[in-house]
Amino acid sequence: MSKSFKMQVLVRLKPGVLDVQGKAVESSLRAEGRSVVTNIRIGKLIELEVRADSEAAAREEISALCNKLLVNSIIEDFEIRAA
Amino acid sequence: MPKVSVVLFPGSNCDHDVVHAFRSLRIGAPQGEVSVDLVWHASSELKDPDLVVLPGGFSFGDYVRTGALAKLSPIARAVHAFAAAGGHVLGICNGFQILCELGLLPGVLLRNQGRTFLSRQVHLRVEPSPSFFSSPETEGRVVSCPIAHGEGNYFADEQTLAELEDHKQVVFRYCRQDGSVHPEDPESNPNGSKHAIAGICNREGNVVGLMPHPERALEALVGGASGDRCRELLETYAKAVFHARALSDKSARISA
Repeated sequence: MSKSFKMQVLVRLKPGVLDVQGKAVESSLRAEGRSVVTNIRIGKLIELEVRADSEAAAREEISALCNKLLVNSIIEDFEIRAA
Repeated sequence: MPKVSVVLFPGSNCDHDVVHAFRSLRIGAPQGEVSVDLVWHASSELKDPDLVVLPGGFSFGDYVRTGALAKLSPIARAVHAFAAAGGHVLGICNGFQILCELGLLPGVLLRNQGRTFLSRQVHLRVEPSPSFFSSPETEGRVVSCPIAHGEGNYFADEQTLAELEDHKQVVFRYCRQDGSVHPEDPESNPNGSKHAIAGICNREGNVVGLMPHPERALEALVGGASGDRCRELLETYAKAVFHARALSDKSARISA
């Protein structure tokens, strides 16, 4: 009997890949005088529900979805976790 | 009559520029005019074109990543099969981003280094490559061409870049007016692309992607004097594509 699993995917830019969004936030903070915050990298959090027989099967399904669409492995890494 | 299919995704916005450009090419009487049709992305087949063009725009609102959702469109499978069989595919701007997401070209287009959307003229140098944009007449030529993109910063890992260079897959580089290439110079390489790459092809040369928009600049009204160079560029390419197709049809008939 399959169950519904609430899961999350964290998508991060790989180290070294230019993150202009992070840089923009950092420079705005610096302009405001908050120079103690550095190395900002902005990723994304994807929440989803998967119907599967087990959490392992749900993770496998999400992993396939990440490789197919949600993540570009040239520039991004991902991490799956239970919500 | 040579036939071009332009694929229309939800959010494409340069499709009619491409249609106009290919219909207006002066490629010589023997081959006749160019027939151009639009193919909606939900279609799962192509109707035997000589060339498939993926136009610019914001397919699927650039959701997830630029070009990402387009690869799940039914037409994507047909474009893959067409390219695998040696068919010629040209992606311009968002079309280039889609070709990268489809895995038909290596690498990815990141946000522009300077963070802003860039809508301006650039200079391009035509590089020696297996693509039909390159020929003894066009190689080394500097062409002024418009760009209009927020994500045109070509990125690939060092190994992929080395392979692109080894196999001469760089078709266009951003350059100064004198043709010199300075990847670290934001004036001549405005989006920060690795190796100042503006366009690449696959190893066979039949799949080409470029960020600039030569199709927007063909008419004197919008392209000015530089429009002639953009026109020559597209005409050189189209002629070679149509000629190659005519030859392969002929040899197919002979061997049959």
